[in-house]
Amino acid sequence: MLRHVATRLALGLLMCLPALAAQAAGKVTEFFLDNGLQVVVIADDRTPAVTHMVWYRVGAADEPPGLSGVAHFVEHLMFKATDDRPTGEFSRVVEANGGADNAFVSWDYTAFFQRVAADRLGLMMQMEADRMRDLVFDPAEVDTERSVILEERAQRTDSSAGALFNEQMRAALFLNHPYRIPVIGWRHEMERLSLEDVRAFYDRWYHPNNAILVVAGAVSPETVRALAETHYGPIPASADLPARNRPTEPPQIADRRVAYADARVANPYVTIQMLAPVREPGNQTEAAALVYLAELLGGGSQSSLMTRRLQVEEERALYAAAFYDPTGLGPSTFSLINVPVPGVSLQEAEADLWRMVDTLLTEGIDTDHFARIQFQIQAGTIYEQDNVQSLARAWGIELASGLGVDDIQAWPAVLAAVTPDDVMDAARRLFDDPATVTGLLQRPETSEVRP
Amino acid sequence: MIRRIATALIAVLLALPAAATTLEIKDVTSPGGIKAWLVEDSSIPFVALEFWFVGGSTLDPAQARGATHLMMGLLEEGSGDLDAQGFAAARESLAASFEFDSARDAVTVSARMLTENRDQAALLLRNALTTPRFDADAIERVRAQVLAMIEGNARDPDAIASTTFNRLAYGDHPYGSAQEGTIDSVSALTRDDIVAAHRAALTRGRVVVGAAGDITPEDLGLLIDQILGGLPADAPPRPGRADFALAGGVTVVEFPSPQSVAFFGHAGIERDDPDFFAAFVLNQILGGGGFRSRLMEEVREARGLTYGIGSFLSLADLSPALLGQFSSSNDLVGQAVAVVKDQWADLAENGVSQEELDDAIRYMTGEYPLRFDGNGTIASILAAMQSDGLPMEYITNRNSYIAAVTRDDVRRVAARLLRPEALHFVVVGRPEGLSPGN
Repeated sequence: MLRHVATRLALGLLMCLPALAAQAAGKVTEFFLDNGLQVVVIADDRTPAVTHMVWYRVGAADEPPGLSGVAHFVEHLMFKATDDRPTGEFSRVVEANGGADNAFVSWDYTAFFQRVAADRLGLMMQMEADRMRDLVFDPAEVDTERSVILEERAQRTDSSAGALFNEQMRAALFLNHPYRIPVIGWRHEMERLSLEDVRAFYDRWYHPNNAILVVAGAVSPETVRALAETHYGPIPASADLPARNRPTEPPQIADRRVAYADARVANPYVTIQMLAPVREPGNQTEAAALVYLAELLGGGSQSSLMTRRLQVEEERALYAAAFYDPTGLGPSTFSLINVPVPGVSLQEAEADLWRMVDTLLTEGIDTDHFARIQFQIQAGTIYEQDNVQSLARAWGIELASGLGVDDIQAWPAVLAAVTPDDVMDAARRLFDDPATVTGLLQRPETSEVRP
Repeated sequence: MIRRIATALIAVLLALPAAATTLEIKDVTSPGGIKAWLVEDSSIPFVALEFWFVGGSTLDPAQARGATHLMMGLLEEGSGDLDAQGFAAARESLAASFEFDSARDAVTVSARMLTENRDQAALLLRNALTTPRFDADAIERVRAQVLAMIEGNARDPDAIASTTFNRLAYGDHPYGSAQEGTIDSVSALTRDDIVAAHRAALTRGRVVVGAAGDITPEDLGLLIDQILGGLPADAPPRPGRADFALAGGVTVVEFPSPQSVAFFGHAGIERDDPDFFAAFVLNQILGGGGFRSRLMEEVREARGLTYGIGSFLSLADLSPALLGQFSSSNDLVGQAVAVVKDQWADLAENGVSQEELDDAIRYMTGEYPLRFDGNGTIASILAAMQSDGLPMEYITNRNSYIAAVTRDDVRRVAARLLRPEALHFVVVGRPEGLSPGN
């Protein structure tokens, strides 16, 4: 299938495609500054550029109740003035040096990055260190930027039936964990976020002992250490850094259903989602088996069970897939999706998904297919070396998810050691009477939207 | 067999910061006469290959709109002795990656192959390109996916905006319609239409090849012949130029959404125009990437009217254009449109400041060498340059062309290129206070 067709049919459900990624161990150096800043250097002299990233171990799932969106709001305001630099100066300096910069926030982390020529690394550190503690919150700028994030929500969420549906799905899937709250925030709470709210959040979490510096590219660990000591070293650690004690999930004992109708839906679909474990420090085997399970069931290739049966042989689905992301503070989710062909109802499509699960559990795993997946994962460690920027990002996500360098370096071997029996055992545990959320995205009974 | 490899080595002197090396592009001609550009780098055991077949979906006959797009989606659905699943299994067992895609001016094939099984991967790709089966069941399956995608586009405000704009600007020319085709045209496509699209789009006569990674020029020549050698040489004519026929104004498309999408623009400038680089720098200042453009500053940073706005010089082969896009809440979009027009007028009348020019040149010249980062990216750049007809030395000289742009150059090209009265906005949503034609 053409890539853009797959993207269109998945309708924004896929947070990330289940790339068969393991990551090369590579030349990685880790050290800590005295103020607690964790530093990880990925040396690669093939590239003329260096990627400089600071990851804060804080995300939307660490927001105080009622202040949804505040983590993301702070991320936006990090591009405003500091006591040393006027608003706009940060990006202006980056761009004047031929660099690109941006930031992103998830439930588990907030990250800022620049990609520049390696000899500009010190300048980037100087500016990034400056805004770690010295951001200035101007009331007029806070008001303007609130409008920007509301426009962002309108563009990314409110304008997309699929995104609104995903938001409702998460709210149903997590009973108590703040993963139930959208990263962008609920609109009514975003509208009320105050200067005091953003400042308090910033003052609480933005400290060197809550940060991870990831530098990747044509630079030596010694150079990074010296520059980091100069620029980040003088910032004192916070003595009041809170623990990330998040509300946790109670045992889920009931199945739930979400039905959302929107006139903008072009291709109705059904999704079944359930909680799943993540990679834990020192214990990544269950997550590794689930990576294979998602691929075997619905990895998108013609070989996967769902594609082969539902799309090719039975011609009952336009698109059918399984998704699982093994990395995060957790819990993660395991998702099945089925976009039926016209004429097959969503109720039938839902039954088809369970039929595929039962088929896997009764028929077992095609060992040839399993071996091919294993080889692709192994080859992935070769291909991934080609893009040091995405490598740096993957490392950052893993580190911010609480994994150690040893865990990250062991991951390819853990994946390689998975056997078909491991996958079947993991599948039985996952599908043994899970409490699921079944979601139906459809058009209203009488839908009139101009084509 | 005598290996006639004509390999000219040109060390393109692009100073790559920090790496302290230059990029060496090798000009390879295969024994079969196909040309390719290669950056050889054996540090990772794989090669990235880009095959761009110029012509693309504009080659569709009018009555078979969507044929090229559908055909490209069928290349991985079985070839030679392998049906769709057999092909997938063979590709997976080699851990090779093939991506087939279709665009207005070219169809593209991006491949990554491990050194350890490159010959087998090449054979598989050759079969996909030269002996696709176009089995009836595969056609129906992919057709259904494409129809679903067309339904999706019809309910997607971004797609509605760009499609409407192109229809108004280019009418019956292939640029005036979506390459996916319509429900009616795709439903009516026959296997013969798909076979014809395959014959027209994939020819040796109009392919450019970029390669980067673990392969020698000699091996690359043989590999290219193996992959492309079975394709026909002669290519059908491309359609003529597309005239930009849209006058200034506003077209509103009603759509149930809290936010409106605005797609706007007017005619652009050719790449071989003497003032092209001045226009390139001008667009960077107007609405180029990053946070520092005039449009980002005035529409987002100063007023909070949007999450993002940009403009770009479209260098479409058959009709260059200056285009832009943003989304704003229905009650704000009218204000945002006014700010865009003001910026257009201000730059057309007053040009840019020396500081803006200096910043833009520093950014553009600093950013360029950083692009040559990784085999996949380099192979794409090499293919893109060839499809644009640029010489290899462009890599060396490009920054000096940009650095030479003066304020007077920008003022001259801004006065000529930026025509606020000619700007047309297609607005999809329920915009308040924005009437058609104003």
